[in-house]
Amino acid sequence: MSFKSAVITFPGSNCDRDALCYLKDLTKGEVHNIWHEETSLPKVDLVILPGGFSFGDYLRSGAMASKSKIIDEVVKHANDNRYLLGICNGFQILTEIGLLEGALIRNKKLKFLGKNCFIKKKFKNNFNLSIKDKQVLQIPVAHNEGNFYCDTETLNLLKNNEQIAFEYCKGEFSNTEENINGSIEAIAGITNKKKNVLGMMPHPERAYSDFHQSQDGRLIIESLIS
Amino acid sequence: MRIKILVRLKGQILEPQGKVIEQALNSLGFTEFSNIRQGKLIELDLPDNISKEEKAQKIESACKKLLVNDIIEEYEVLG
Repeated sequence: MSFKSAVITFPGSNCDRDALCYLKDLTKGEVHNIWHEETSLPKVDLVILPGGFSFGDYLRSGAMASKSKIIDEVVKHANDNRYLLGICNGFQILTEIGLLEGALIRNKKLKFLGKNCFIKKKFKNNFNLSIKDKQVLQIPVAHNEGNFYCDTETLNLLKNNEQIAFEYCKGEFSNTEENINGSIEAIAGITNKKKNVLGMMPHPERAYSDFHQSQDGRLIIESLIS
Repeated sequence: MRIKILVRLKGQILEPQGKVIEQALNSLGFTEFSNIRQGKLIELDLPDNISKEEKAQKIESACKKLLVNDIIEEYEVLG
Protein backbone atom coordinates (compact mmCIF):
# COMPACT_ATOMS: atom_id res chain seq x y z
CA MET A 1 0.00 0.00 0.00
CA SER A 2 1.51 3.26 -1.04
CA PHE A 3 2.01 6.11 1.39
CA LYS A 4 0.03 9.22 0.48
CA SER A 5 0.86 12.69 1.69
CA ALA A 6 0.12 16.40 1.26
CA VAL A 7 1.83 19.72 1.88
CA ILE A 8 -0.20 22.85 2.66
CA THR A 9 1.04 26.11 1.14
CA PHE A 10 0.25 29.45 2.79
CA PRO A 11 1.19 32.86 1.39
CA GLY A 12 4.77 33.24 2.66
CA SER A 13 5.53 29.53 3.00
CA ASN A 14 9.01 29.01 1.60
CA CYS A 15 9.80 25.39 2.44
CA ASP A 16 6.74 23.92 0.76
CA ARG A 17 8.65 22.86 -2.35
CA ASP A 18 11.42 21.31 -0.27
CA ALA A 19 8.77 19.42 1.67
CA LEU A 20 7.12 18.21 -1.56
CA CYS A 21 10.46 16.93 -2.92
CA TYR A 22 11.26 15.35 0.45
CA LEU A 23 7.97 13.44 0.39
CA LYS A 24 8.17 12.51 -3.31
CA ASP A 25 11.71 11.18 -3.03
CA LEU A 26 11.26 9.28 0.22
CA THR A 27 7.69 7.98 0.15
CA LYS A 28 7.57 7.20 -3.62
CA GLY A 29 3.81 7.67 -3.23
CA GLU A 30 1.20 10.24 -4.20
CA VAL A 31 2.00 13.79 -2.95
CA HIS A 32 -0.49 16.64 -3.06
CA ASN A 33 0.14 20.36 -2.74
CA ILE A 34 -2.82 22.13 -1.18
CA TRP A 35 -3.40 25.90 -1.19
CA HIS A 36 -4.56 27.30 2.17
CA GLU A 37 -7.86 28.56 0.76
CA GLU A 38 -8.98 25.05 -0.19
CA THR A 39 -11.80 23.58 1.86
CA SER A 40 -11.12 19.93 1.28
CA LEU A 41 -8.15 17.71 1.85
CA PRO A 42 -7.57 14.38 0.06
CA LYS A 43 -7.42 11.34 2.32
CA VAL A 44 -3.71 11.01 2.95
CA ASP A 45 -1.48 9.35 5.56
CA LEU A 46 0.58 12.45 6.32
CA VAL A 47 0.06 16.21 6.06
CA ILE A 48 3.00 18.60 6.37
CA LEU A 49 2.62 22.22 7.42
CA PRO A 50 5.86 23.61 5.96
CA GLY A 51 8.31 26.24 7.14
CA GLY A 52 8.46 29.83 6.05
CA PHE A 53 6.91 33.10 7.09
CA SER A 54 3.21 32.52 6.53
CA PHE A 55 1.36 35.84 6.25
CA GLY A 56 4.66 37.62 6.93
CA ASP A 57 4.64 36.45 10.57
CA TYR A 58 2.13 39.28 11.19
CA LEU A 59 0.71 39.54 14.71
CA ARG A 60 2.51 36.37 15.89
CA SER A 61 4.28 33.65 13.90
CA GLY A 62 1.63 31.22 12.68
CA ALA A 63 -1.31 33.22 14.08
CA MET A 64 -2.88 34.14 10.76
CA ALA A 65 -2.25 30.77 9.09
CA SER A 66 -3.95 29.03 12.03
CA LYS A 67 -7.21 30.72 10.94
CA SER A 68 -6.95 29.69 7.25
CA LYS A 69 -9.85 27.87 5.59
CA ILE A 70 -7.94 24.60 5.20
CA ILE A 71 -7.23 24.35 8.95
CA ASP A 72 -10.63 22.78 9.79
CA GLU A 73 -9.71 19.97 7.42
CA VAL A 74 -6.22 19.69 8.91
CA VAL A 75 -7.76 19.36 12.39
CA LYS A 76 -10.17 16.68 11.10
CA HIS A 77 -7.22 14.85 9.53
CA ALA A 78 -5.43 14.86 12.91
CA ASN A 79 -8.57 13.84 14.82
CA ASP A 80 -8.80 10.91 12.43
CA ASN A 81 -5.53 9.61 13.91
CA ARG A 82 -3.57 10.32 10.75
CA TYR A 83 -0.11 11.91 10.80
CA LEU A 84 0.44 15.65 10.85
CA LEU A 85 3.91 17.19 10.86
CA GLY A 86 4.59 20.89 11.40
CA ILE A 87 8.11 22.01 10.55
CA CYS A 88 9.39 25.36 11.86
CA ASN A 89 6.60 27.80 10.91
CA GLY A 90 4.41 24.69 10.72
CA PHE A 91 5.21 23.99 14.41
CA GLN A 92 4.27 27.59 15.26
CA ILE A 93 0.99 27.15 13.36
CA LEU A 94 0.21 23.93 15.26
CA THR A 95 0.64 25.67 18.62
CA GLU A 96 -1.52 28.59 17.42
CA ILE A 97 -4.26 26.14 16.33
CA GLY A 98 -3.98 24.51 19.74
CA LEU A 99 -3.19 21.02 18.42
CA LEU A 100 0.10 21.23 20.31
CA GLU A 101 0.77 22.70 23.73
CA GLY A 102 2.93 25.74 24.48
CA ALA A 103 4.14 28.57 22.25
CA LEU A 104 7.26 29.57 20.33
CA ILE A 105 8.72 32.91 21.33
CA ARG A 106 11.74 34.98 20.23
CA ASN A 107 15.09 33.20 20.41
CA LYS A 108 16.75 33.99 23.71
CA LYS A 109 19.65 35.84 22.09
CA LEU A 110 17.37 37.66 19.61
CA LYS A 111 19.28 36.32 16.63
CA PHE A 112 17.80 34.63 13.62
CA LEU A 113 19.41 31.18 13.70
CA GLY A 114 20.22 29.69 10.32
CA LYS A 115 22.66 26.82 10.82
CA ASN A 116 23.09 23.14 11.42
CA CYS A 117 21.99 21.95 14.80
CA PHE A 118 22.04 18.66 16.61
CA ILE A 119 19.08 16.88 18.11
CA LYS A 120 18.33 13.52 19.68
CA LYS A 121 15.11 11.77 20.47
CA LYS A 122 13.65 12.04 23.95
CA PHE A 123 10.55 9.84 24.00
CA LYS A 124 9.63 7.23 21.41
CA ASN A 125 6.81 7.86 18.92
CA ASN A 126 5.96 6.85 15.36
CA PHE A 127 7.94 9.79 13.94
CA ASN A 128 11.24 8.69 15.50
CA LEU A 129 11.00 4.88 15.58
CA SER A 130 13.96 4.46 13.19
CA ILE A 131 16.18 6.66 15.34
CA LYS A 132 18.29 4.93 17.97
CA ASP A 133 18.40 6.15 21.55
CA LYS A 134 21.24 8.65 22.02
CA GLN A 135 21.73 8.87 18.22
CA VAL A 136 22.66 12.45 17.36
CA LEU A 137 20.99 13.86 14.25
CA GLN A 138 22.39 16.81 12.31
CA ILE A 139 19.49 18.85 10.94
CA PRO A 140 19.44 22.56 10.02
CA VAL A 141 17.38 25.20 11.79
CA ALA A 142 16.29 28.56 10.35
CA HIS A 143 14.15 30.52 12.76
CA ASN A 144 13.68 33.68 14.77
CA GLU A 145 10.92 32.42 17.05
CA GLY A 146 11.91 28.90 18.04
CA ASN A 147 12.22 29.33 21.78
CA PHE A 148 9.69 26.81 23.11
CA TYR A 149 7.78 28.04 26.13
CA CYS A 150 5.11 26.47 28.31
CA ASP A 151 4.19 26.75 31.99
CA THR A 152 5.40 24.25 34.57
CA GLU A 153 2.10 22.41 34.68
CA THR A 154 2.15 21.88 30.89
CA LEU A 155 5.81 20.86 30.98
CA ASN A 156 5.01 18.16 33.56
CA LEU A 157 2.16 17.01 31.35
CA LEU A 158 4.47 16.81 28.32
CA LYS A 159 6.92 14.74 30.33
CA ASN A 160 4.36 12.44 31.96
CA ASN A 161 2.68 11.76 28.62
CA GLU A 162 6.08 11.32 26.95
CA GLN A 163 5.22 14.02 24.38
CA ILE A 164 8.73 15.45 24.01
CA ALA A 165 9.96 14.00 20.71
CA PHE A 166 13.28 15.81 20.19
CA GLU A 167 15.70 17.90 22.22
CA TYR A 168 18.72 19.93 21.14
CA CYS A 169 22.07 18.46 22.11
CA LYS A 170 25.79 18.91 21.64
CA GLY A 171 27.13 17.87 18.27
CA GLU A 172 30.47 16.59 17.16
CA PHE A 173 32.07 20.01 17.58
CA SER A 174 32.82 21.04 21.14
CA ASN A 175 31.82 24.67 20.51
CA THR A 176 28.29 23.73 19.50
CA GLU A 177 25.77 25.08 21.94
CA GLU A 178 23.54 22.56 23.59
CA ASN A 179 20.38 24.68 23.70
CA ILE A 180 20.56 26.97 20.70
CA ASN A 181 17.47 29.12 21.21
CA GLY A 182 16.69 29.04 24.93
CA SER A 183 13.79 26.56 24.73
CA ILE A 184 12.55 25.14 28.01
CA GLU A 185 14.51 21.92 28.67
CA ALA A 186 16.08 22.32 25.20
CA ILE A 187 12.87 21.09 23.56
CA ALA A 188 13.17 20.93 19.75
CA GLY A 189 9.94 19.06 18.99
CA ILE A 190 6.81 17.81 20.72
CA THR A 191 3.86 15.63 19.85
CA ASN A 192 0.24 15.74 20.93
CA LYS A 193 -0.98 13.25 23.54
CA LYS A 194 -2.00 10.70 20.89
CA LYS A 195 1.41 11.13 19.23
CA ASN A 196 0.09 11.47 15.68
CA VAL A 197 0.90 15.19 15.49
CA LEU A 198 4.53 16.35 15.64
CA GLY A 199 5.86 19.90 15.64
CA MET A 200 9.60 20.50 15.34
CA MET A 201 11.79 23.54 14.69
CA PRO A 202 14.62 21.79 12.76
CA HIS A 203 14.07 21.14 9.05
CA PRO A 204 14.32 17.42 8.15
CA GLU A 205 13.36 18.30 4.54
CA ARG A 206 16.69 20.14 4.28
CA ALA A 207 18.66 17.05 5.27
CA TYR A 208 17.77 14.09 3.10
CA SER A 209 19.37 14.33 -0.34
CA ASP A 210 22.91 13.57 -1.49
CA PHE A 211 23.51 17.27 -2.03
CA HIS A 212 22.58 18.10 1.56
CA GLN A 213 25.23 18.12 4.27
CA SER A 214 23.33 15.52 6.24
CA GLN A 215 20.76 12.88 5.34
CA ASP A 216 19.48 12.41 8.90
CA GLY A 217 16.12 13.97 8.02
CA ARG A 218 15.26 10.77 6.12
CA LEU A 219 14.80 8.96 9.41
CA ILE A 220 11.52 10.75 10.13
CA ILE A 221 9.81 9.60 6.94
CA GLU A 222 11.44 6.18 7.23
CA SER A 223 9.99 5.90 10.74
CA LEU A 224 6.48 6.69 9.48
CA ILE A 225 6.69 4.29 6.56
CA SER A 226 8.19 1.38 8.47
CA MET B 1 -15.07 55.02 18.70
CA ARG B 2 -11.35 54.32 18.79
CA ILE B 3 -10.29 51.27 20.81
CA LYS B 4 -6.77 50.66 22.02
CA ILE B 5 -5.68 47.23 23.14
CA LEU B 6 -2.34 46.82 24.86
CA VAL B 7 -0.84 43.35 24.41
CA ARG B 8 2.24 42.26 26.30
CA LEU B 9 4.13 39.11 27.18
CA LYS B 10 3.23 37.76 30.61
CA GLY B 11 5.57 38.90 33.37
CA GLN B 12 7.36 35.59 33.87
CA ILE B 13 8.25 35.25 30.19
CA LEU B 14 11.64 36.47 29.03
CA GLU B 15 11.27 39.52 26.78
CA PRO B 16 14.67 39.81 25.11
CA GLN B 17 13.83 42.97 23.09
CA GLY B 18 13.25 44.94 26.27
CA LYS B 19 16.60 43.75 27.60
CA VAL B 20 18.42 44.98 24.49
CA ILE B 21 16.59 48.33 24.57
CA GLU B 22 17.57 48.67 28.21
CA GLN B 23 21.25 48.02 27.42
CA ALA B 24 21.14 50.62 24.62
CA LEU B 25 19.46 53.23 26.80
CA ASN B 26 21.90 52.56 29.62
CA SER B 27 24.82 53.04 27.24
CA LEU B 28 23.31 56.36 26.10
CA GLY B 29 23.43 57.53 29.67
CA PHE B 30 19.88 56.67 30.74
CA THR B 31 21.18 54.61 33.62
CA GLU B 32 18.04 55.10 35.74
CA PHE B 33 15.96 53.08 33.24
CA SER B 34 15.50 49.46 34.20
CA ASN B 35 13.16 46.47 33.76
CA ILE B 36 12.22 47.54 30.23
CA ARG B 37 9.69 45.34 28.43
CA GLN B 38 8.29 45.94 24.98
CA GLY B 39 4.70 45.13 24.06
CA LYS B 40 2.36 46.05 21.23
CA LEU B 41 -0.59 48.36 20.83
CA ILE B 42 -3.51 47.46 18.58
CA GLU B 43 -5.84 50.31 17.60
CA LEU B 44 -9.21 49.83 15.93
CA ASP B 45 -12.53 51.56 15.29
CA LEU B 46 -15.91 50.30 16.54
CA PRO B 47 -19.26 51.99 15.71
CA ASP B 48 -20.25 54.67 18.24
CA ASN B 49 -23.77 53.29 18.72
CA ILE B 50 -22.58 49.94 20.07
CA SER B 51 -23.57 49.19 23.69
CA LYS B 52 -20.98 48.98 26.43
CA GLU B 53 -21.68 45.29 27.00
CA GLU B 54 -21.50 44.44 23.32
CA LYS B 55 -18.26 46.38 23.00
CA ALA B 56 -16.68 44.49 25.89
CA GLN B 57 -17.94 41.16 24.58
CA LYS B 58 -16.69 41.80 21.02
CA ILE B 59 -13.25 42.91 22.17
CA GLU B 60 -12.88 39.93 24.50
CA SER B 61 -13.92 37.53 21.77
CA ALA B 62 -11.51 39.06 19.22
CA CYS B 63 -8.64 38.92 21.71
CA LYS B 64 -9.38 35.30 22.54
CA LYS B 65 -9.79 34.18 18.93
CA LEU B 66 -6.91 36.03 17.32
CA LEU B 67 -5.32 39.11 18.83
CA VAL B 68 -3.85 37.53 21.97
CA ASN B 69 -2.21 34.15 22.62
CA ASP B 70 -3.11 33.63 26.26
CA ILE B 71 -0.37 31.04 26.76
CA ILE B 72 2.24 33.79 26.56
CA GLU B 73 0.40 37.11 26.44
CA GLU B 74 -2.00 39.25 28.47
CA TYR B 75 -3.97 42.29 27.35
CA GLU B 76 -5.59 45.42 28.65
CA VAL B 77 -8.17 47.63 26.93
CA LEU B 78 -7.07 51.25 27.27
CA GLY B 79 -9.61 54.06 27.61
